[in-house]
Amino acid sequence: MSSPEQGHSEHVVPVSVYVGVFLALLALTALTTGVAYIDLGAFNTVVALVIAFIKMLLVVLFFMHIRWATGLTRILVLCGFFWLAIMVTFTLGDELTRSWQINPVGWGGMIVPLVRHLF
Amino acid sequence: MSTATADLHDARVEPPVNYLNASYGIKSWLLTVDHKRIGLLYLATITFMFLVGGTAATLMRLHLIEPQGSLFEPETYNKLFSTHGIIMVFFFLVPSIPATLGNFLIPIMIGARDVAFPKLNLMSWYIFVIGCCFALAAIVSGGVDTGWTFYPPYSSLYSHTPVVVMALGVFIAGFSSILTGLNFVVTIHKMRAPGMTWFRLPLFIWAMYATSIIFILGTPVIAITVFLLGLERIFHVGIFDPALGGDPLLFQHMFWFYSHPAVYIMILPSMGVVSELITAFSRKKIFGYSFVAFSSLAIAVISFVVWGHHMFVTGQSVYAGLVFSALSFVVAIPSAVKVFNWTATLYKGSISYEAPMLYALGFIGLFTMGGLTGLFLASLATDVHLNGTYFVVAHFHYVMVGGALMGYLGGLHFWWPKITGRLYPDVWARIAAAIVFVGFNLTFFPQFVLGYLGMPRRYAVYPAEFQVLNVMSSAGASILAVGYIIPLIYLTWYMRYGPEAGPNPWGAKGLEWTTQSPPPTENFEVPPIVTEDAYEYPVAAEKPYPNAPGVARV
Amino acid sequence: MRRGWLVSDLATHAHSAHPPGFAHQFEDIEQQREAAHLGMWAFLVTEILFFGGMFTAYIVYRSLHYPAFEIGSHLLEVKFGATNTAVLIFSSLTMAMAIHSAQTGKSKQTVITWLILTMILGATFLGLKLRFEWYEDYVKHIVPGAYFGFENQWGPLGGQVEMFMCFYFFMTGLHAIHMVIGLGILTVLVIMTAKGKFSSEYYAPLEISGLYWHFVDIVWIFLFPLLYLIGGRYIPH
Repeated sequence: MSSPEQGHSEHVVPVSVYVGVFLALLALTALTTGVAYIDLGAFNTVVALVIAFIKMLLVVLFFMHIRWATGLTRILVLCGFFWLAIMVTFTLGDELTRSWQINPVGWGGMIVPLVRHLF
Repeated sequence: MSTATADLHDARVEPPVNYLNASYGIKSWLLTVDHKRIGLLYLATITFMFLVGGTAATLMRLHLIEPQGSLFEPETYNKLFSTHGIIMVFFFLVPSIPATLGNFLIPIMIGARDVAFPKLNLMSWYIFVIGCCFALAAIVSGGVDTGWTFYPPYSSLYSHTPVVVMALGVFIAGFSSILTGLNFVVTIHKMRAPGMTWFRLPLFIWAMYATSIIFILGTPVIAITVFLLGLERIFHVGIFDPALGGDPLLFQHMFWFYSHPAVYIMILPSMGVVSELITAFSRKKIFGYSFVAFSSLAIAVISFVVWGHHMFVTGQSVYAGLVFSALSFVVAIPSAVKVFNWTATLYKGSISYEAPMLYALGFIGLFTMGGLTGLFLASLATDVHLNGTYFVVAHFHYVMVGGALMGYLGGLHFWWPKITGRLYPDVWARIAAAIVFVGFNLTFFPQFVLGYLGMPRRYAVYPAEFQVLNVMSSAGASILAVGYIIPLIYLTWYMRYGPEAGPNPWGAKGLEWTTQSPPPTENFEVPPIVTEDAYEYPVAAEKPYPNAPGVARV
Repeated sequence: MRRGWLVSDLATHAHSAHPPGFAHQFEDIEQQREAAHLGMWAFLVTEILFFGGMFTAYIVYRSLHYPAFEIGSHLLEVKFGATNTAVLIFSSLTMAMAIHSAQTGKSKQTVITWLILTMILGATFLGLKLRFEWYEDYVKHIVPGAYFGFENQWGPLGGQVEMFMCFYFFMTGLHAIHMVIGLGILTVLVIMTAKGKFSSEYYAPLEISGLYWHFVDIVWIFLFPLLYLIGGRYIPH
């Protein structure tokens, strides 16, 4: 049975919040574009993804009202991203480890390729 | 309400208003938003698709009587096994219980008037029908020969069959199942009757909830995968093409990311049905309700991290294979939990052997065999030898036919009086169940042996020493076919001419048995309020120990 | 009984008993609203996995063929990508404003104005993309297919650069299809608003369409850096 909870239809988000988020998103877009013209090596990718992630959070939390949503909705959204993470992780796990040799030395023999691969 | 003295076979007696007679005419069916009618629309569609897929199987088994193939060229045989697989997986098994029994029962079992989105429900059916039309169009224009797995680069670059049309059919049918799953999740979360807490829900609902989670999270991935395959085939350029640095194994990863959980889409609802049948026909509360409920969720979750076991011999990384193998053993555990709990439910129950119970008991035995043989395949070392052989074919037919399909038939029989308001003849049903059981085992047990001896799957010809087992298998298939046709006949006949069923012909527990048969459109005359747990069967009188002091010897 | 052109046999009763837009399988309008929201979020989760499949493939190939992906990315013009990102972000604001206006009981005209602004911005996005990106790519022979790389040579990496362009077109193409569907949904919303279907009591279709629109924006928020900004642009190009 429905319980009249404080769903966000009762919650009115002030226009100032929307405008603030909008300006932040524009600023972050300018930032990510600008940073692309600076040489940070591998960190270019990291910075770009972090900024994209923050932009996504702003849209999800404020424009899509997850900030004020029920636990069920939040879990649902998290599940979506978590499942995507499962797909990416396990697939990459195969693609990137295919060249690893089966090392007759045993488990200890895996450490060197792992370290070499990471660094 | 008909008078007590009215002849039960007199179909002219005016029945009370129910969902079947509330409105008449083809438009009232094709434009309905009643979940019960939509369930029946699905029933008709998937029964038809089952006959199409079954025809392909019949032709295959007839062909395999001779080692050099008795009927078809190898190219045609390739199209037959592909058609059989695609139709049976995507157009029969995946929608079978969810779209028919799920649609019909979920709102009633939770005490609601309908699903959350009835119009979306109808649209799901239309989308499914359109998907079926594309699949049938592909079959009629020759059929695809890629196997139901559509592996590139053969399917994208080399096959001269209507792959895009068939892929489109699968894509569209996938959307139908996504919308159904979505509908069920929202319905179960938001529309339970007062007092129907999560832990009072029938286990069928838990199973359907877990299935719906898989629908929502898995199906979109097969959709994008066949979409990309279609693009590659149409534009002759794409991401699976090795010439561009593409990796055909990436297709396999994306394909199996859905298709492995898909097999749990096929089995979980059946397990839910079996929970209902075992409790009803042992007249006993389920043993370990929360274990069975959580095991459904566990199966749904773990099913998403085992897909690599379909790729052990494809050149996948050994380390990935190691991880997938270990996790594939883990996924067997919740299924085993269910089997133990059903068995414990049977213990000291008051068991009767009506047809639904026969199907349920058959399920437990055959699913266990199928599940155990799955462990042979989960183990990397043995899978290297058994993969691509008839062992795999036998394994999955044991779980999907001996398991899912028998659960489906058992559920259809169990709820048939509720759906149609008429009783079917249980004698014929039990005979048919026995024929199915015998036919099934004769068809598929020899295939375990064949696979172990090394006969490859998907081959149109085989070495002569395998002929005896193949003939046994084909003979079994003919018996199995008879076993499937008999219910088609009596269920249809008695739907019209059978004696009227009361609200609860089985004396079972559950909200669906508290309303009339067939139910009224709004499911309940008075919206129910739930005050007791599921499966609250009256406890049988305690039997004293035979040798207790002071007690007469029995 | 006909509800619109669909047939429902649920018993009728006085419609004044319920707010406008109420559907009879529900107990009350609050349950309906919650169900609609949960349903749209569940659908968006399916979209995460749908686009996610392509993102997965992209991540795999970027890991395996990074240099070629870098070359491919530099074939795209950042200014159009960035402008389009700003356009979409603006459209998310106007969409949120449309819902806000309905929620606070503003006039139909106000809501329609915000909705139409959103549509104009969406159409701008598509127009910029079609005219200044896809068409120019076609002219420059970097559309994958028979004429790819006609005037540009990347040596052995050529195939992988073509693969990157496949991703570019497939991902932005799928995104564009979702934009077009979004424009269609907005059109329907404009018509519904004009007919007076919404009020501060009932505006759920606006809310859930807003969720869809914001989601499509989020997909682009990720597509922009992943496609246009690979490896940075510090190399003079």
